[in-house]
Amino acid sequence: MKLDTSGFETSMPVIGFGSNSEMLDGVSSVPSFDLPRTTDFDGFQKKSVEMVKPAKGTTTLAFIFKEGVMVAADSRASMGGYISSQSVKKIIEINPYMLGSMAGGSADCQFWHRNLGIKCRLHELANKRRISVSGASKLLANMLYSYRGMGLSVGTMIAGWDETGPGLYYVDNEGGRLKGDRFSVGSGSPYAYGVLDSGYKFDMSIEEASELARRSIYHATFRDGASGGVASVYHVGPQGWTKLSGDDVGELHYHYYPVAPATAEHVMEEAA
Amino acid sequence: MTKQHANWSPYDNNGGTCVAIAGSDYCVIAADTRMSTGYSILSRDYSKIHKLADKAVLSSSGFQADVKALQKVLKSRHLIYQHQHNKQMSCPAMAQLLSNTLYFKRFFPYYAFNVLGGLDEEGKGCVFTYDAVGSYERVGYGAQGSGSTLIMPFLDNQLKSPSPLLLPKQDSNTPLSEAEAVDLVKTVFASATERDIYTGDKLEIMILKADGIKTELMDLRKD
Repeated sequence: MKLDTSGFETSMPVIGFGSNSEMLDGVSSVPSFDLPRTTDFDGFQKKSVEMVKPAKGTTTLAFIFKEGVMVAADSRASMGGYISSQSVKKIIEINPYMLGSMAGGSADCQFWHRNLGIKCRLHELANKRRISVSGASKLLANMLYSYRGMGLSVGTMIAGWDETGPGLYYVDNEGGRLKGDRFSVGSGSPYAYGVLDSGYKFDMSIEEASELARRSIYHATFRDGASGGVASVYHVGPQGWTKLSGDDVGELHYHYYPVAPATAEHVMEEAA
Repeated sequence: MTKQHANWSPYDNNGGTCVAIAGSDYCVIAADTRMSTGYSILSRDYSKIHKLADKAVLSSSGFQADVKALQKVLKSRHLIYQHQHNKQMSCPAMAQLLSNTLYFKRFFPYYAFNVLGGLDEEGKGCVFTYDAVGSYERVGYGAQGSGSTLIMPFLDNQLKSPSPLLLPKQDSNTPLSEAEAVDLVKTVFASATERDIYTGDKLEIMILKADGIKTELMDLRKD
């Protein structure tokens, strides 16, 4: 019986004459990338990163509880001090029962999550069963490890439900992979952790958990300039994921902290 | 001994601004025609807009040599697609192709800031906005290039619609008519030309509809 070893074939990328490989060709082995012909690769990468200024700054979080996995994120993308978008999808739907969160370089996260989705599908076709969360996260971690030191910026959480129940893994561009039941990634994560850790109980209902996730993202967007936009909350259960809420954080602010009615005698009226 | 750094950079910035607005059954793609390097103007009549398919038009600012190379790659990939599938590529398909093309040069990027405009499979206008390494998003309107930071806040003010991420889902179509959108684009470029040295000379506007593409040219300040 031939075992599926495509996940093991991660070698250093082919340097030089770009063999313009099709997307599908490049999946079982590492896609080949054109590399600049320079003696100072690190300096060049540093300068090109400054030039490209990939979107960074974000708040994402995920936690396991009694009813499954809750995943939440903001939607702001910033390039330096400029907000390049307020509507970025940071929770990527890898397949109907697995989600990936995006933090770091958005191009890196988008591309590698899509690549992971392809690999998961190929695994399903080759093995006639779904890939486990552990397996999917390992595929991603191994892929990122082979590009270690080349300047990729990926801080992602893979959340899903497989035969062993709910699964949550943190994977980053260093090739690190951690199993856990509570994670928050991004520039707003300290704020999110504060709210998340103090409100967390394993025995929460789905409503309580989604409210906790939403509130944690809101507080992070309030204090972190690089986070904002829309707070999205997803739930992963045994039947797959569902999107529970998407709320503008500006409006959430007044939902949590309503303005007390004015007691001034003269009230400014808005021009009709 | 301090490290020797390269005195030559493979990149240059030729400036310019690109804007696209998506409507219910049209798409407006506009760009100025000034090509500069440093403080010099190389051309007052250089088109930054390129038709990739019947329903997909690409507009890019940044380093025009990289833009030209990118256009060539996309054009040849589209031709192969047409041979293999006996039809033109749709705009969302072209959007993904562009994203992958950009990402395959992740470690030696195309210095191109792109806006892709066109009509989707349902005939509605669509605009996709990119960063230099391929991260993309479908939006109702977008601006890239040297004047983008001047133009985007104004477009947000005039066109901002509920985010597609909101639940319950709210309609995020630009309510403008085609004539209003073209007018808005002209206004926006006139203002950007006032305050951005790299934007000016002429404005090229392409209006993409189901029955074809119309092009319009408008003069901008030449100073």
